[in-house]
Amino acid sequence: MVLVAAPVFNVQLLLDGLFIGATFALAAYGLALVWGVMNVKNLAQGDFVIMGGYIAWWLGTQGIHPLWGLPIAIVVMFAFGWGIYVTIIRRVIDKDLFTSLLATFGLAIVIAQLLNLMFGPEVQTAESDFAIRQILGVVTVAEIKVLAFVLCGILALAVVIFMKKSRMGQAIRATAQDPRAARVMGIDTDKVYAFTFSLNAAICGAAGALISMIWVIQPFYGISYSIRSFVIVTAAGFGNLPGVIMAGLGLGVMENYSGFVLGAEFQQATVVGLLLLVLIWRQVQQRKLRQVVS
Amino acid sequence: MNKNFSFKLHFPILVFGIAAPFLFPGLQLQIATLWVMVLFALTWDIMGGQMGYNSLGNIMFFGIGMYTSVLFQVGQFAEIGAYTAAHGGDDFTFTNAQYYQGLVIGIIMSGVVAAIAAAALGWTVFGLRGPYFAIGTLGMAIAAGELMGTWEWVGAGSGISVPVFPGSAEARSLLFYFLCFGAAVLTFVVLQWVYKTRFGLAVNAIRDDEEKAEAMGIHTVRYKTVAWAISAFFVGISGALFGNITGIIEPLEVAFPTVTFGIFMVAMTLLGGKGTLWGPVLGAVLFHTLKEVTWTYFLGWQWVALGVLIIINVVFFQQGIMGWLMEKFPEKFGIVVENKEATR
Repeated sequence: MVLVAAPVFNVQLLLDGLFIGATFALAAYGLALVWGVMNVKNLAQGDFVIMGGYIAWWLGTQGIHPLWGLPIAIVVMFAFGWGIYVTIIRRVIDKDLFTSLLATFGLAIVIAQLLNLMFGPEVQTAESDFAIRQILGVVTVAEIKVLAFVLCGILALAVVIFMKKSRMGQAIRATAQDPRAARVMGIDTDKVYAFTFSLNAAICGAAGALISMIWVIQPFYGISYSIRSFVIVTAAGFGNLPGVIMAGLGLGVMENYSGFVLGAEFQQATVVGLLLLVLIWRQVQQRKLRQVVS
Repeated sequence: MNKNFSFKLHFPILVFGIAAPFLFPGLQLQIATLWVMVLFALTWDIMGGQMGYNSLGNIMFFGIGMYTSVLFQVGQFAEIGAYTAAHGGDDFTFTNAQYYQGLVIGIIMSGVVAAIAAAALGWTVFGLRGPYFAIGTLGMAIAAGELMGTWEWVGAGSGISVPVFPGSAEARSLLFYFLCFGAAVLTFVVLQWVYKTRFGLAVNAIRDDEEKAEAMGIHTVRYKTVAWAISAFFVGISGALFGNITGIIEPLEVAFPTVTFGIFMVAMTLLGGKGTLWGPVLGAVLFHTLKEVTWTYFLGWQWVALGVLIIINVVFFQQGIMGWLMEKFPEKFGIVVENKEATR
């Protein structure tokens, strides 16, 4: 095994896994927000991510540095999220759970296909022109990856502070606890929902802009990001930010390892395998809980 | 009245199904595909409509059936590894008797294996409710295609070809046309019967309130497993037929087309109206006809149109065509409404 013979490879895999895992965690946190507050399972989550990535990448091709694409992606995706809320999500929010899932599934198809029509099916990377450094002899670390990791942390922190301190953040948390009570207290829950969904889209856009710089994007990669987000949120539970971060980083590392050990074609299968494991594990846990009650 | 009503619908469809390949010889393949679509929509509705378990991964059994059928068709008479290595070339020819024996056993086994797979997988996913179930099955279907694509023994990414039909091309397409038609009719008849039995009642009870159903003494897991197995059985058979029509089985595009057929089956059922017997049939016919007629005129926008159709369908028109008709003209469905009341 290469991994045992050259332990330094582990460092490489671990670092790359952590860097990419941070963006997974960011996207998953958006999903946790929407799921926890609005009880909408957004299957277009990954496509929002890819869309954010394409915004940054497109700006890059126009001569604007993709790092500037990050704030632009956030703003554009926020507006896009608001539009989607008004046209689609508002109408499915109080229907049964599968309705929102299927509506966002249709949305995912539309976004992926529109991106495909606009930018073609090629795999793209936004060029950020940062140096690649070597540490420990063979381990390479691209500076942009470190920067993206830090930016992920800053963005997550900003969202947390926003949720804790601002009036809107408080309103969101109140609505998550009890929408009826929130309405009685004078909170415009419709606006809160709109804001939450847009915030989620903006977070996804940020994650996507970072992914386009540190990894690759392609119009049809969205679904695997959606599944990743679901894996992370199901494993961590919503409203549990440390859990989401840990699960996100863990998923990134695990995917990188399995991609290296089993081969790249198993990477997606690994994500799905993890999803099933998490779901079965939850099921076993719930069965235990049920027995305690009876 | 009820018998008369369905006779009026059943008979023309049967006549059309039998006469179609002779009336429209150029459209044989499209009409055969139409019957497969009807079968898809009907089988999806067992879980999605009647039981309230929306699976996004039923297409998995299509691929399982397809591969099983080929493996049985070839495996009875030749070494599979050598067959795939030679890409089913001229080294392997099958006599008439071998071909038909292989085909019959292949079709039956494809259904059986798919049903067994459903029962086995059901054990892992049936504790999941609602959206978890949908996402779990979607993930399974995506993973199944990718895993098949890495399996050398069955040809990996380049796929495996089915044995060559011994007769003429016309006889081949006619045979598979009638097999597809027969499979769709069989599915319809079986489901019509199943929905009238206690099984149908139990399945509807699970949809309406699973906890209460369980409290009433319904063995929910058993019913869910059997329902999924029935669904998988017919999808598996359709996979075997479709594999033989296509000629070469390629894991991602042909055997596990999650993004095409896998989505179509949901879209068709929703369009026609889920939870009804005729809704899926109507939805499939309408969807497939529209798709075949307009698909090429969309100039690359067809997938966007499909996504928009799903969104509009779900957001504004959730009850589907049958549901809308029932709301609008309940007196026309006098008998059907009563039946609905009874089976709900």
